[in-house]
This record gives sequence, C-alpha cells and structure tokens, in this order.
Amino acid sequence: MNTGISEWKRGLVSGIPIALGYFAVSFTFGIVAVSSGLNWQEAVLISALNLTSAGQFAGLNIMIAAGTYFEMALSQLVINLRYALMSVALSQKADESIHGIYRWLFAFFHTDEIFAVAAGEERLTRRFFFGLMVLPFFGWTLGTLAGALGGSILPDMICDALGLALYGMFIAIFIPAAKGSRKVMAVVALAICFNCCFYYIPGLNRISSGFAIIISAVAAAALAAAVLPEEEG
Amino acid sequence: MPLGTYLPYLLIMAAVTYLVRALPYVLMKKKIENRFVKSFMAYLPYAVLAAMTFPAILYATSFLWSALAGLAAAVIAAYFERGLFTVALSACFAALLAEVLIRYIIT
Repeated sequence: MNTGISEWKRGLVSGIPIALGYFAVSFTFGIVAVSSGLNWQEAVLISALNLTSAGQFAGLNIMIAAGTYFEMALSQLVINLRYALMSVALSQKADESIHGIYRWLFAFFHTDEIFAVAAGEERLTRRFFFGLMVLPFFGWTLGTLAGALGGSILPDMICDALGLALYGMFIAIFIPAAKGSRKVMAVVALAICFNCCFYYIPGLNRISSGFAIIISAVAAAALAAAVLPEEEG
Repeated sequence: MPLGTYLPYLLIMAAVTYLVRALPYVLMKKKIENRFVKSFMAYLPYAVLAAMTFPAILYATSFLWSALAGLAAAVIAAYFERGLFTVALSACFAALLAEVLIRYIIT
C-alpha cells in the first residue's frame, strides 16, 4: 500500500511530460489568439477555463467570426464529446476516495492526456489524481501566457519535438496493453484502421477529426466487445 | 475584443466543455455488470488513444521523417514497457535528432 504523499508525488511526476507537451501546444494557441485580436488576459482565461486543445482552437475561430451562440455550443459539444466517454471510463476506475465534490472538481481535468495516464491505473485514487492534474493545468495556462506575450520565439524544432510528447504518452499506454492481450491488440488495430479510413478516403475525410475519432473508437471497442468480450471474472 | 462580446462566448464554451466532462463522471455511480458493456468500457480507452495517435502523429512535426523517428522511438520504448515519461522523452529526442539531421546535416 502506497502512502498518501508518495501517491501524490507519483501523480505529480506522471504529469510532467503532459505539462511539457501542453506548454508547446498552448504556446501555439497563445500566438494564434493574440494575432486574432484577443489580448493576453482573454487568451489565458480561455485556456484556464477550458483546458482542451481542439475545442479551444475551434471556439476561438467562432469568436473571431462572430458566430452564433448555438454554433459555439454545438461545436464544443461535438468536439469534446470524447471527454464524456472518458469520464464514463474513469467513473469505473475511480475508487471510493473520489466521491461527491471530488467528482465535480476532477472532471474539469479530464483531458485526453490526463485520461491516458489515469486509465492506465489499476485503481484510481484521489491523491494520485490530485498530483496528476496540477502540472498539466499550469503547463497549459502558462504555455498560453508565454505564447500570447512572447510570440514566436521558440524554434520550430523544439515545438515539433514537444508536440510528439503527447503521442508518446498515448503510445506508452496502448502498446504495452496490446502486447499483453491479443484482444486489446485487435481493438487498437481496428481503431487505427477505421480512423485512417476517415483520414484518407475521399468523402469520408470531410468528417471532422473529432467526430472521426469518436466513431472509430466506439466502433472498434463495440465490435471487439461483441466478438471478443473480456473473460468473466 | 469588447468584454460584452467575449464574455458570453467564453461562458458558453467553458460551460459546455465542463458539463460534457462532469455529468457522466458524477452520474455514473454504479459498477457496470453487463459483460458487453464492461468489455466495451475496458477496450474504449485503448481505442480512443490509438485513433488519436494514428494517423495524426505522422503530421505532428514539420517533417514526416522526424515524426517517424519519434514514432519508432516511442513504440520501441513502450514495447519494452518503459514508463510514460521515458517513452514521451524518447519520442521528443528522436524527433529532435531527426530534425537536426534533416535541417543542418543532410540538406
């Protein structure tokens, strides 16, 4: 049994690569927001209250284009619907220490990458999640601040390299799982095939990447659950 | 941007994004028993992560080759079950190395 402090520390350390990746991505968001006519406070506030990449870029475009409120709400719903799936999955992992107010609080931090780490836990504890959520939040908001104030100082090479940290984190979760289970390997292969179809096949590639990911993931997981369900027990 | 224009957009954006995350987390309290649903939930995270990685990772950098270098390094490190941090750093360093080669040495 881990002690409280070491659980918290373990979470904090797991958040370091996420925070670094976020810094690079939100740095770009800061640059784009300011060049679109927002001031740095407005850019930082968007990042601090939304904590999401694709949704923020889309939302920024709607603001600039003076789109309708309905369009804003619908775009956020569609682009961020994957978080609903992740929250359902994490609700099954969260142990009894995450109850009541903690659920309302922690859900705000359900991003792709935090989910990736949390889903890799056998059992999700409050202390671990507390540690995990801190640095990515600061990485995301401070990255936006730096991008908004500093413009394009960071060389492309560094941005490129940091951008891969996000995918590295995903890979660190699903490759070992696929190695350990043929069923998970089938799920992973199916999801990749489906999503590549959405990306490369003319016609299908008109579907937004957010939607494509939802459809591919749900289809792959559902197909595998029907044909290759997990062992009972 | 005028505050009266900015604020409603910001609030709608933040509220929708938050509720999409919070409602399922707060409302799902029971453990799921159904075998299909349990399998689906167990598989879904890996499916989401795999779909988010491919093919997007190939276009995440300025050069396909640096993305491939990062991808290869990450897959190898992950296959040997290195931690998250090591895998992510391997991807970063391999990509950085590839970009240095491409930008300054090969051309």
